[in-house]
Amino acid sequence: MVVLHGKRVERVMLFAVLVIISIAMLFPFLWMLFTSLKPEADVVTWPPRLLPRRISFTAYKTIWHDIPFLQFFLNTIVFAGGVTLSSLILDSFSAYAFARLDFPGKNALFAVILITLMVPFHVVMIPVFSLLHQFGWINTYAGLMIPRASNAFGIFFLRQFFRGIPRELEDAAFVDGANTWWIYSKIILPLSKPALATLAVFHFMYNWNDFLWPLIVTTSVSMRTLPTGLALFMGKHVVEYASLMAGVVLSLLPVTIAYLSAQQHFVRGIALTGLKG
Amino acid sequence: MFIGNPKQKKQPIARHNQHIAYLFLFPSLAVFMVFIIYPIGFSLWSSFTNWSLIQSAEYVGWANYVRLWKDQRFWNAVYNTVVYTVGVVPIGTMLSLALAVALNQNLKGTKFFRTAIFLPVVASTAIIAIVWTFLFDPQIGLFVYYLSKIRITMGAWLRDPDYAMLAIIIVSIWKNVGFNMVIFLAGLQGIPYSLYEAAKVDGANRLQMFRYVTLPQLRPTTAFVIVMSVLGSFQVFDQIYVMTRGGPLYSTETLVQYIYHHGFVTFQMSYGATIAMFLLVVILALTIFQLRLFDRPID
Repeated sequence: MVVLHGKRVERVMLFAVLVIISIAMLFPFLWMLFTSLKPEADVVTWPPRLLPRRISFTAYKTIWHDIPFLQFFLNTIVFAGGVTLSSLILDSFSAYAFARLDFPGKNALFAVILITLMVPFHVVMIPVFSLLHQFGWINTYAGLMIPRASNAFGIFFLRQFFRGIPRELEDAAFVDGANTWWIYSKIILPLSKPALATLAVFHFMYNWNDFLWPLIVTTSVSMRTLPTGLALFMGKHVVEYASLMAGVVLSLLPVTIAYLSAQQHFVRGIALTGLKG
Repeated sequence: MFIGNPKQKKQPIARHNQHIAYLFLFPSLAVFMVFIIYPIGFSLWSSFTNWSLIQSAEYVGWANYVRLWKDQRFWNAVYNTVVYTVGVVPIGTMLSLALAVALNQNLKGTKFFRTAIFLPVVASTAIIAIVWTFLFDPQIGLFVYYLSKIRITMGAWLRDPDYAMLAIIIVSIWKNVGFNMVIFLAGLQGIPYSLYEAAKVDGANRLQMFRYVTLPQLRPTTAFVIVMSVLGSFQVFDQIYVMTRGGPLYSTETLVQYIYHHGFVTFQMSYGATIAMFLLVVILALTIFQLRLFDRPID
């Protein structure tokens, strides 16, 4: 931390560079926020302005009528929330089996998880779509959520964590006659709350933000999620610039607030789970 | 059935009825088998057929691969993917390393800088690409106007085949630099301070410390960042779909764009699957190659 103590001038210059870079990083966010607060007439003006001349919340009212924004919002909550919940449950089941139980075929089954982790989604997206089509799952929550109901990375991550839990508690419980399910639900899970929280943050954010998957699984407007819904309305004349930017701000808000309020947790979660491509 | 295994002696739990493991594994494995393992096989198989929206699959041998070999638009997509990767990875890696080193010192405002630089990472790529599309728009975006003030003319980059890819590359670096920075920061914090003290005793200046302590010590971290960035770059899709749809004149069409095109626009699924097989082989080859490359001992 205290390695590169430079001279004062250097530190000031470095500080200035970092300020400029931070402004560049924040600029698109500031632009979208300011644009969403402009009356539509002020958006397309020459010369363009960053700051609104006067603040107007009209866009935050019209976005709900211009496009089915509430529907997008609800779809995204159901999709991201549902996938996170089911994945936490199913991932922890499998992780527990791999971390604590011995059974024939363990290595072969673990290899299946490995393959699952390594193969990019794009390689299988066409057959998966065709499969969902055969099931009649296009434009359904089932189609959106069931193929994502478990996640190989989550299994890896939790398995690693479970293996770090001392066995003594389980041994004692086993001697007292506890069964596997009891040990999983009453010992392993409660001790894994930090890992589960980290994974939950990651799953929720990943699916809230995801684009290609909901893009191919949903074709009707009423089933779109926020990223697919907004992207497909971009450039269409039913929605004005300010409204669209209000939609963008609102759809980035949940994850951004979560990030700002639990930053350490977020950064650690993303860094730890960075393995997932 | 495992009683005889000496390993089990320390683990009374293992003597339990282990068949319950299959119950624990069943839901996950069912999902993976149906939606990943089976589709991998299906992709491979269908690349040897003429399966499309209007045709049920018949075996056609290597016809799709021959077509791939002769397909100019496919090679254009390969070229664009490589251009994108070369544009994003070296600059993105160096920038994130520089930022990590800068933020690893006790500067004032470090927390704010880190928050700002990491913010794009948590935003949806597709949604933030909408904003960037407008920022690059000469009519409402500000870049063209700001640059015109310092007498630089900038056209509509996203509609210009010469500049569209550059715009996509800039957005991608902006989006991911915070992620790599955090990985580098974690790596930097793992370097023992004693190494720097030793270097100081030996009379090393700061540049030499960076060259002979920081960089070699960061080697696994750098390898991880580069491997992840290259693999991610070969799978780029969201920002391109939103900002250019692969245009103008196919100048930003990458491999995944082209798979998507055949799978979901022209519905020539077998040919899309063939491109997907190509992508799979490239990804696996890159992974193995890069891991080997970085596996060499520190010199």
